[in-house]
Amino acid sequence: MDHQFQLPGSYKKWTYGLIGAGVLALLYGFIMFNPFAHAGHGENVNSTRFWAVLLQNSVFFLLVVNAAMFFICVTTMAMAGWVVAFRRVSEAISSVVPILGVITFVILMSIVFGHRTDIYHWLDKEAVAGDHILNGKKGFLNPMFYSIFSFLTIFLWWFLGKKMRSLSLESDKKGHMDYETGKKWIWNNTVWASLYCVVFTLTVASTIPWLWIMSIDAHWYSTMFSWYTFASTFVSGMSLIALFVIYLKNRGQLEYVTEEHLHDLGKFMFAFSVFWTYLWFSQYMLIWYSNQPEETKYFIERIGTAEKAGPYKGIFFFNLIINFLAPLLILMKKGSKRNWTLVTVMAVLIIFGHWIDFFQMVMPGTLHEHFELMPFEFGVACLFVGLIMWGTGRYLTKNPMLPKHHPFLKESMIHHT
Amino acid sequence: MAGGIKKFVVGSFDDEKVLFPAVKNVRKAGYKIHDVYTPFPVHGLDHAMGIRETSLHTAGFIYAITGTTTALTFMSWVFTKDWPLNIGGKPNFALPAWIPITFELTVLFSAVGMVLTFCYLCNLAPFVKKHHFHPRATDDLFVMAIECTDKTNDAEVQAFLQSAGAQEINVQVAETGWWIGRYHKEQKLYKEEKGY
Repeated sequence: MDHQFQLPGSYKKWTYGLIGAGVLALLYGFIMFNPFAHAGHGENVNSTRFWAVLLQNSVFFLLVVNAAMFFICVTTMAMAGWVVAFRRVSEAISSVVPILGVITFVILMSIVFGHRTDIYHWLDKEAVAGDHILNGKKGFLNPMFYSIFSFLTIFLWWFLGKKMRSLSLESDKKGHMDYETGKKWIWNNTVWASLYCVVFTLTVASTIPWLWIMSIDAHWYSTMFSWYTFASTFVSGMSLIALFVIYLKNRGQLEYVTEEHLHDLGKFMFAFSVFWTYLWFSQYMLIWYSNQPEETKYFIERIGTAEKAGPYKGIFFFNLIINFLAPLLILMKKGSKRNWTLVTVMAVLIIFGHWIDFFQMVMPGTLHEHFELMPFEFGVACLFVGLIMWGTGRYLTKNPMLPKHHPFLKESMIHHT
Repeated sequence: MAGGIKKFVVGSFDDEKVLFPAVKNVRKAGYKIHDVYTPFPVHGLDHAMGIRETSLHTAGFIYAITGTTTALTFMSWVFTKDWPLNIGGKPNFALPAWIPITFELTVLFSAVGMVLTFCYLCNLAPFVKKHHFHPRATDDLFVMAIECTDKTNDAEVQAFLQSAGAQEINVQVAETGWWIGRYHKEQKLYKEEKGY
């Protein structure tokens, strides 16, 4: 029971392999794409591509690992007991937030202070001055606010997440908790979890996607955009948790995780895929219906018009098929949510699908029709996947796999859906 | 009445902890449990009783896609064939605008359909009186009804229930259903299973 989990050799091989592939892709991009070329007006497409791909991947994977901490905090606030059996797995995933946070911050700052007007049009001071709409958004979309707010956000995610993790690790040293200590410890957890959730709401569920991604299409805005982004990353985060849980279960760890827990994880994947579709459709339908030129521009750039198909039409609808139709039809049955193999396949599909979703959020506003889906794009994604595997593995080998003194552990062991 | 009249040996239990082993032993002995009536949903009881998984959700799915198809065919017929109107310059085949209605009809069909199916499966209908094996089944007793055939020795079953820990035991004669082809609860043969 007390022996520490050791990473199998194949895990390490994959981790370093993916990171290696990613570094190679990055080096290739660094040498071939001339990343520090002047942004200009579309003459240095490759340099734009370099930054756009980095932006897409870093923001996506940071939000995904951050969703794991959100999951812990939400279940803590809901007094949910069933998650305790695999709580450490989501903690481990969330421990990657500082690593990806720093990387993301560096990338964002390089874009903003490298004056990449090809990524963020609002960086162009002259253009803003002569633009009524952008002038109105000046208070929000300027380098100063952008960098301070991004820094604060990432810092708070890290700080509050760290607090939640250390509270959990403390319980291992405390030994068995009696009723009063347990109650106090749960209350402590609840307070920090609620603080995290407030920060999460004010960042991921509202301002951060506006700032980091929506501002690429600086003239366009959608109040639903952040929710849509949140749903995208949360469902990917749940899939990532499910993947790690299944992997560790296959390795003989997580002895109290049963089909019942898998069933509930599957329900989350199913439900939030539908939730994502709801937001995706609400955003699309309202814009389609009201037909305002400044709003439809966003979709015309992607799917084009009835006369001329846009460059992203295929990706746009492919996105809908793998993120909505596939989870809806495949994960609908109880049997498939309890099937370890099928949940693994669906989790990979969902994460890939939402990566594609982020691809079509970032690329149309930056690269327009010059986008590519080549080894470079996938290589950078490999780098981030490798980093997540590395950080998660590090946490799992350093700390016990089971919070064995958690007051709700029994509830998780006898969990029955 | 299509179900016919049958004889039941009825035992009442006042504790879940006694009920579960009793259900297991009754099945092991080869008696057919007609049903167990409980005051609240008991987790895992359906599994212990060896009842097959309900098909209600499959029925629900079929109702739902019926609703989807109905909504889409009706709207596309109305707006493209029967009475095409120019609404804000939108195409006549305006799929996005129809999605909310399609969704509503999907939910409506599956909800209403499933409620009716549920009533049918439980033999519930207005003005139909169901036999109550024990009035306290809605309050604080778990009531197990064992179905008898011509060959069942009900004294033996009563003794068996006694030994299984039942508080009250009696024999009752009741109508089993009201509908042609009524829902027969299949009971799987008992086998030792992990985790229950």
